Amino acid sequence: MGSTITEKILARAGGLDEVKPGQIIEAKVDLVLANDITAPLGIAEFEKAGFTKVFDPARIALVPDHFTPNKDIKAAGQAKKMREFARKHKIVNYFEVGRVGIEHVLLPDTGMVAPGDVVIGADSHTCTYGAVAAFSTGVGSTDFAAAMAWGHVWLRVPETYKFVYSGTPGPWVTGKDLMLHTIGLIGVDGALYQAMEFTGPAIEALSMDERFSMCNMAIEAGGKSGIVGFDEKTTRYLQSRPEGSRARTVSHLFASDRDAGYAKVLEIDASAVQPTVSKPHLPSNTAAAADCADIAIDQVIIGSCTNGRLHDLHQAAGILKGKKVHPDVRCIILPGTQDVCLEAIADGTMQTLIEAGCAFSTPTCGACLGGHMGVLAEGERAVATTNRNFVGRMGHTGAEVYLASPYVAAASAIAGHIATPEEVGAVKGGSR
Amino acid sequence: MIFEGNVHKYGRDVDTDVIIPARYLNTNDPDELARHAMEDIDADFVDRVQPGDIIVATENFGCGSSREHAPVAISHSGVSVVVAASFARIFYRNAINTGLPIVVCPAAAADARMGDRLKVDLQAGTVENLTQGKTYEAEAFPPFMQELIDRGGLLEYVKTQLGEDQA
Repeated sequence: MGSTITEKILARAGGLDEVKPGQIIEAKVDLVLANDITAPLGIAEFEKAGFTKVFDPARIALVPDHFTPNKDIKAAGQAKKMREFARKHKIVNYFEVGRVGIEHVLLPDTGMVAPGDVVIGADSHTCTYGAVAAFSTGVGSTDFAAAMAWGHVWLRVPETYKFVYSGTPGPWVTGKDLMLHTIGLIGVDGALYQAMEFTGPAIEALSMDERFSMCNMAIEAGGKSGIVGFDEKTTRYLQSRPEGSRARTVSHLFASDRDAGYAKVLEIDASAVQPTVSKPHLPSNTAAAADCADIAIDQVIIGSCTNGRLHDLHQAAGILKGKKVHPDVRCIILPGTQDVCLEAIADGTMQTLIEAGCAFSTPTCGACLGGHMGVLAEGERAVATTNRNFVGRMGHTGAEVYLASPYVAAASAIAGHIATPEEVGAVKGGSR
Repeated sequence: MIFEGNVHKYGRDVDTDVIIPARYLNTNDPDELARHAMEDIDADFVDRVQPGDIIVATENFGCGSSREHAPVAISHSGVSVVVAASFARIFYRNAINTGLPIVVCPAAAADARMGDRLKVDLQAGTVENLTQGKTYEAEAFPPFMQELIDRGGLLEYVKTQLGEDQA
């Protein structure tokens, strides 16, 4: 029997000819990351254990993106701990405010992840990098501390669930909708401990930005990782990363064998998927956006590590062009990186969104986890392109979050209730 | 190790946002985190919990964010052990890494009710519901996890792997 792409990557990183699901391996890590919430705890463990040096200062990324620009005095203290550690250990990839972006947009965009890499991060959405055919997974602060010292991580080789998306999705159906739909089908632990391999013509047709959105939410199905095989879109994306970056210079190209062993194969007809929302308080609580028109909203968040890439902002701007955000709605844009902002300025996207009445934030995770820049009050309701809608996730426990694509979020911002692009008169292919 | 305590019972998909809400993640002080343990699913938890008490939940306990603050908040609140039908992957690793005892035991998790008296024997791998007079077999840890625990946790294991030069 052959191997899956995930098994091949893990075999390489483990220095083994092949691996089987269930096997415990010690894998060499190509990149280790943490943020201003998880790094301080990891740094404390690293120092408490008596470690004095990191395995490779060039393979660690410290990204202060959650509560930055510092939201309060305590958060400032945590960011300071991380900054001081970065200076002490000469961490090459520490990103200060002004250069920082949301980690899972920033790191692949700066070319730090190559196909075939093993990436572990003290952030659950580390699974995002599967979009460039890497194995990546979230861990906690102690695993982060261990990997910083050791350059390795112990992993149980996961079984793989293969998702085959056939058919052509409708005009307003994005990778985000496919993923919300999938989570709705299998549940928030439907892929517990599994690698989720996304395949089929509908995936091949997706933009890289939408592939990132899908892999980003593998964790919302309990998955260990999400992955999309390498193709010419991956090549184009990687070749447009900064010159000399890892993405341009390193490539371990693997593909799943025809006779690879899958624990489960699920076929999904993408043409039958509708613009989808996840209702409170679980990502699996999905419904068609068209069936939720009676849900009035107070806030819209467009951005985050799930949907804060340029393509996502283009989708939102395409809907909001020449329109106004509903008078009762605050529409907040959380762009992924400073480069996303610059490109959105250069091509007029930012102007379109601001003219429509949106607020533009600095790149930060902020509102997604109820940190800052858009916290919800009791009884308030938001549509968000983020990834979680748990009780209290975006603020008060009495607030509600509906997860959606940038198209549905932008349409809802105009309508003042959950809406599809058609409802606000959007025409696919219209100018942005 | 044997733990005996009163049950705080929850359902499925208890996520780390309700275990320790993000608004308290501007610190990693264990006692401060413990003061807000379980706050968004059970606002009175910290007032009720007694040292040695046991959290019992059904499937997918600890899903969501990778925040290690979640097992830290639970263990420093006085909870001795968490029994669940299943754990989310990152929480499982984090619990082992931070020394919060966890036990996978679907039948015990399904039967237990709020306030039941439970006795958990980690070595024997048993969960006893003293209130209901039932005893259950818990799932054993995979051998590698047991080895990590026996060797004093992940960082001790890593020290051995790295040899003397680092430690």
